[in-house]
Amino acid sequence: MRSVSFGLSQVARELKSGEVRVLAAALALAVAAMTAVGFFTDRVGQGVQARSAEVLAADLVLSSNRPIPAEHEALARELGLETARTASFPSVVLAGEASALADIEAASAAYPLRGRLKVSDAMDAESVEIDAMPAPGEAWADPRLMARLGAEPGITVTLGRSELRVTRLLDYRPDQGFSFAELAPTLLINLADVEATGLVAPGSRVSYRLLLAGEQGALAGFRERVELGVSERLRGLEDAQPEIGSAVERAGRFIGLASLVSALIAALAVGMAARRFASRRMDTVALMKCVGAPRRFVLQVMMVQLLAVGLAASLLGIALGWVAQEGLVRLLAGLVAQDLPPPTLTPAISGLVLAGVVLAGFALVPIIELCRTPPGRVLRRDLMPPALGPMVLYGAALGGALALLAWQVRDPRLVGWLALGTAGVVCGLAAGGWLLVRVAGRLRGGGAAWRYGLANVARRGRESVVQVGAFGIGLMVLLLLTLVRTGLLEQWRATLPEDAPNRFLINIQQQEAEGVQAFLDERFGGGELVPLIRARMTAIDGEPVAERAYASPRAEGFINREANLSWAMEPAPDNRIVAGRWWPTRDDAEVSVEVDFARDLDISLGDRLEFDVAGERLEAKVTSLREVQWDSFNPNFFMVFPPGLMEDYPLTYIASIHVDRAQRGDVLDLVRQYPSVTVIDLEAAITQVRDVMDQASLAVQYVFLFALGAGVLVMLAVIQSTREERLYESAMLRTLGARRRVVLAGVAVEFAALGTIAGVLAAAGASAVSWLLADRVFNLPFTPDPTVWLAGLLAGVFVVGGTGVLATRTVVTHPPANVLRGY
Amino acid sequence: MEQATGQTPVLKAEGLTRKVSSPEGELTILDHAELEIRAGESVAILGPSGAGKSTLLSLLAGLDLPTAGKVWVNGVELTALDEDGRAAVRADQVGFVFQSFHLVPALTALENVMLPLELSGRRDARRQARAALEEVGLGPRVGHYPRQLSGGERQRVAIARAFVAGPSLLFADEPTGNLDTRTGGRIADLLFRLNAEHGTTLVLVTHDRALAERCDRQLEMDAGRLL
Repeated sequence: MRSVSFGLSQVARELKSGEVRVLAAALALAVAAMTAVGFFTDRVGQGVQARSAEVLAADLVLSSNRPIPAEHEALARELGLETARTASFPSVVLAGEASALADIEAASAAYPLRGRLKVSDAMDAESVEIDAMPAPGEAWADPRLMARLGAEPGITVTLGRSELRVTRLLDYRPDQGFSFAELAPTLLINLADVEATGLVAPGSRVSYRLLLAGEQGALAGFRERVELGVSERLRGLEDAQPEIGSAVERAGRFIGLASLVSALIAALAVGMAARRFASRRMDTVALMKCVGAPRRFVLQVMMVQLLAVGLAASLLGIALGWVAQEGLVRLLAGLVAQDLPPPTLTPAISGLVLAGVVLAGFALVPIIELCRTPPGRVLRRDLMPPALGPMVLYGAALGGALALLAWQVRDPRLVGWLALGTAGVVCGLAAGGWLLVRVAGRLRGGGAAWRYGLANVARRGRESVVQVGAFGIGLMVLLLLTLVRTGLLEQWRATLPEDAPNRFLINIQQQEAEGVQAFLDERFGGGELVPLIRARMTAIDGEPVAERAYASPRAEGFINREANLSWAMEPAPDNRIVAGRWWPTRDDAEVSVEVDFARDLDISLGDRLEFDVAGERLEAKVTSLREVQWDSFNPNFFMVFPPGLMEDYPLTYIASIHVDRAQRGDVLDLVRQYPSVTVIDLEAAITQVRDVMDQASLAVQYVFLFALGAGVLVMLAVIQSTREERLYESAMLRTLGARRRVVLAGVAVEFAALGTIAGVLAAAGASAVSWLLADRVFNLPFTPDPTVWLAGLLAGVFVVGGTGVLATRTVVTHPPANVLRGY
Repeated sequence: MEQATGQTPVLKAEGLTRKVSSPEGELTILDHAELEIRAGESVAILGPSGAGKSTLLSLLAGLDLPTAGKVWVNGVELTALDEDGRAAVRADQVGFVFQSFHLVPALTALENVMLPLELSGRRDARRQARAALEEVGLGPRVGHYPRQLSGGERQRVAIARAFVAGPSLLFADEPTGNLDTRTGGRIADLLFRLNAEHGTTLVLVTHDRALAERCDRQLEMDAGRLL
């Protein structure tokens, strides 16, 4: 206990003397960076979540083919959830002589609970967001419905026994979906008008939905307490359509990556500061031991100090992090579309735990080494504590880093790849640093400044290796920032080019195929027709699917409806074989299955799938599994067959095309010419995916500012750690008659040498890591960027050299007499 | 050199005063020191610890600036020059030997000795430095780093470094202070022998009266004043 009070009294004294301030500042900045990232990503993450909630127009949807009992809605209200009701059914809409089949969407006034409707007043008018629903007696119609009816807004349509005035065009509703199920254009009406139409009667095909939105706790409570009837199903965000799901997942990964890099760089800064702290306290420890303090006591004192400083710095860091995230949110206020929800307290607690992990991993070893300082140092200042060995030092740091990785990024695959990449980079940097030290030891020609600079690199062997490592990682972050931000994000966005398909044409009959193809070639500059066959899967490996039990509703859904099959001689460019092989010839009885679909249905390579195609039996062996990039918006299929197996079955075609605003008339012409062809508008869905990407990239960009700050701190910590030595050497050189320019030139040579090797190694590391990320994590094609190497080299020489000279320039202004007297 | 001959003193100080602020107020650590040293002279500055010997030395060498007063080295007013100007004077005309050697730890013995030659832009630095090390008896150890040398050897490297550029003025601050008596004696012998051979003007700061006796002239200091 004596050690506790002694340690605490020392903290106050040391803080005054300023030695501990460096460590405290580094840790505070580390925690600030981490918690700011934590708070901010917490909020952005919630924002992204809310955005993806638009797909459902709610957080949770209860659907049924029977009217939903009032007690469900009562339960939701009791739990504090917002509710809205919808009923949808197909019906013919009449306008004068014309008629068209529409999907009637009737909703209560609160609809939609997530996302907003977009409407326009005329065909060629811009869409605007609106917070309202059609009033009773009014309707908003999909422009395609108006086109089929040959009508304009203002017309009165007949729906069952009712007459409704179409007041606006409905361009977008959040839950319109983009699957093949929703074919007919929508007519949105007020729920109050449904009864009067007389269209809803027992036995009619109506799907009812109860939309719910609110806090996670209340939603979980609802899931737990609701007693679902036979036909009732609950659908949450996790069951949302694959396109949005995959975009949100990627957004999450980018944000996770950014926070991870910040955390690691900050930890490195703490490690550097701890080393300096330890080396500056050796005299004190030697003195304590000299006057009779046992090692155990010294260790306890140091631990108390470390914990006290750690706690104070963490709390300060959390406060700074809170302020920083608030600033960030304000900065982003104009850019983030909707108000971000307030942060939870979890990041603050995480901040404290992170500080503990960082201290244990990066500061503990130098402190333990410090406690082993021999008391003889009071007589001979060159006596150093026995080093614990690089295995302990780097093992602890690696353990700390892995703990951080595993905790911050809860994605084992990403952690694995990042750890592998980082380990490779660290090894490369250490080897490069060692090589540089050896080479610098031999390159002693040239003038005094040149020799002095290189000699310093060589003499500070271990420090030089550490510096190359620190500079290398700092530069690597800078390069990764450019690569990840402009490179990976650009590549990701490039998979969604401006001319990405924004319309699906489906139900193109075999006899129309030629005509439609000609039309597309003429008006839209092409568009590939992809064959489609509808079939029902009947058995897997001889076992009827009806007898197989599936846990997920998704799997149930697949089994219970007809599947879309297609054929191809080559895999589509946005498909990737992950297991097995593609068929060599066109006539094999084989099938390639999408990997998530296979997992849901428990299908493995080698399984035999049986289908019922228009009454005929088809059997094929699973010979490959594919990953599909759903957000490319090209037509993709869960199951693809060789051409020879499929060609004789009755089929239709589908196509995807890009339609400019100016070409909207061409689309209407197509529909008039080929009335059976259905056009599905993907534009809104694409916009939604783009918005998610924009939000994600913005978040990543700002989160990387913290990593950048931490990187600068690492550089300064490295430079600070050699400040005393530099002060002394500068004084000595000037005593011998060196001008300041010569001393600074020596410093510049030293840092430029360190920067060169660090820059080249950082470029190699950044390229390798971005390749790993692109290829293994994000499934993007990787294009090597040669400018990274040039940037790495130049940044190394000028940034590190320049920063080094700037940060050490004050050492040449101290009068040499003052400095030499202290030695 | 040329200016050092005739009546021009190699080193001259007028009214040299240095004050520092301390918690107790302003402290005068050097009070109106007057000094004139002729070419080839060897002068010892004697006095107890805290008398202001080292302060006087650093002001004379231009390592620090006085609060008041002027210093001339070979007729050049040192106190009128800026930092780099004073450094240039030191590079050309001044050599140093310190109590704690002050070698650059990153450089070998040879490189340490080459340093002053390179700083004043002379050619053939390597050969001259090697010769200087031979002269102090360290020929076989030119490639060693300071940490690989004993105290006496380090001081011999420092002496070789002090003489190698042929300075007209040599400052020695307790050159034997960190050495045992026997080694100290040998270092003193070496210093005075080289001083005589090179015809250098020597200013030696010490509290060792025996060492001071070997100089032509002794100046006593106490409480910041030259007596």
